Amino acid sequence: MIQRVLKIYPTLLRIGFAEAVAYRAEFLVWMLSMTLPLVMLAIWSAVAREGAVGGFDTDRFTAYYLATLLVRQLTGSWVVWEMIREVREGTLSMRLLRPIHPLLAHSAESLAGIPLRAAFSIPIAIGALLITSPAHHIHDPVIGLCAVAAFFGAWALNFSISAMVGTLALVFESSIAIWDLYLGMFFLFSGYLVPIALFPPMMGKIARVLPFAYLQSVPVEILTNTFSRTQAFEQLAIQWGYAALGLTCLVFLWQRNIKRFAAYGG
Amino acid sequence: MKRYFTLWLVQLRASLQTSLQYRVDFVVSGAMSLFWLVWQIMPAWMVWRLRPTVAGWTMPEAALVLAWFIFLRGILEGAVQPSILATVEHIRKGTLDFVLIKPADAQFLVSTTKLEPWHVLDLFSGVAVAIFALSRLHHTPHASEIAVAFVLTLASAAMLYAFSILVVSAAFWVVRLDNLIYLFNSVFDAARWPMAVFTGFWRILFTFIIPIIVMTSYPAMALTGALRLRTAAFAVLGAITFVAISRMLWKRAIGHYTSASS
Repeated sequence: MIQRVLKIYPTLLRIGFAEAVAYRAEFLVWMLSMTLPLVMLAIWSAVAREGAVGGFDTDRFTAYYLATLLVRQLTGSWVVWEMIREVREGTLSMRLLRPIHPLLAHSAESLAGIPLRAAFSIPIAIGALLITSPAHHIHDPVIGLCAVAAFFGAWALNFSISAMVGTLALVFESSIAIWDLYLGMFFLFSGYLVPIALFPPMMGKIARVLPFAYLQSVPVEILTNTFSRTQAFEQLAIQWGYAALGLTCLVFLWQRNIKRFAAYGG
Repeated sequence: MKRYFTLWLVQLRASLQTSLQYRVDFVVSGAMSLFWLVWQIMPAWMVWRLRPTVAGWTMPEAALVLAWFIFLRGILEGAVQPSILATVEHIRKGTLDFVLIKPADAQFLVSTTKLEPWHVLDLFSGVAVAIFALSRLHHTPHASEIAVAFVLTLASAAMLYAFSILVVSAAFWVVRLDNLIYLFNSVFDAARWPMAVFTGFWRILFTFIIPIIVMTSYPAMALTGALRLRTAAFAVLGAITFVAISRMLWKRAIGHYTSASS
């Protein structure tokens, strides 16, 4: 089983990459719809113009939100839309016929988009390195490795949540409402709009426990050099724990509910 | 004109009846709407919690802008976008033919097909936030101020509509559109912030190209008397231009339509 998957997976990745290139206009629209951090940067810059808040000055805000943009661009997942469409239009039956688990196929498609996303993101990263002060850059190679690991952790967690909501389309007619609800929680508690360090203390404590922070805030904080090695390892462990939990729940949810699929119009 | 009015009433009644079939939806959406109201206020509260003024705007002044944002989002999600999504579906399946052969203007027909009445709750939330903000500002708007704000609100709604027609027109060329609408929503989200926080490039982008500043900040400023009448007139002129452009593009797009199924 595992051997077969290892043989098929590289091909799936190649197909996924070709698809991403073929649908590049659509791809670009997705990327553009994730530019909210730039707007937030404009707002917080207006705040910081009159003096630093909670240890954040203009420079740190710039580093924070450019890193946020980078993390979102590289790890965000839109598999939920794809899955909901496949359930609604019945094309999921095609996927079920193939001799590979649909979730694995989805994960390959999502992973295969990363090189193209990186192509969009590298200019952002270079810009961020040029305009922010070195205090917010990574100097320790171990932290650098942690950042890479945090990117993959965030991707895995994002993918599992997105695919879980997509799987719920098998149960509920309008799982997009659940996705909206999730996005609402994510925007607020992940540090995507407001850095968790600037939360009211009580809310900050809650946000640190919830999984949302590990999608955005933690990779961003590693990337902007706010953690020591021990802190980074600790946060990374929690993130990967959440990712493992998410993937397990995803597989469980899928196995339970795929029987409900009735291929409308397929 | 009179014919279109009666036609509009008919469409309205039909769409209301369709949506009232789903009563559970109504209750759930009502609860969600309250939840979202709290959620909408959070980010602004978190910013102004740290500072009494941001870029010269106090919390109640910003809340007034937020009120317009909530109100307009209610219009967008309740009256504009459901029809837009239905139209995109028509184009994809090729069933737009059935709309086109009807003896009425196609743009009119597609923009009045669907309504989600529970979004009325969003409109109430918007008004409630506006009243709260005004009471905190200790400002009782003058009748003329209310009139200008009202006209500007109409202009904003027209601009939102024009933008949505532009998105639909795009659907004639690119078929997969759910992500274009998602993009439009995420850009419109920036409308919740008062104009002063946007400087330089952002100010120009959000005033002239994607006029979200005009949509929310201008009416809010008009209500407190901070907007010059000349600026308001320009905003209305801009709205008319946007509607004209969207109409033109719609005409071109519909000429481009080749039924998908036949």
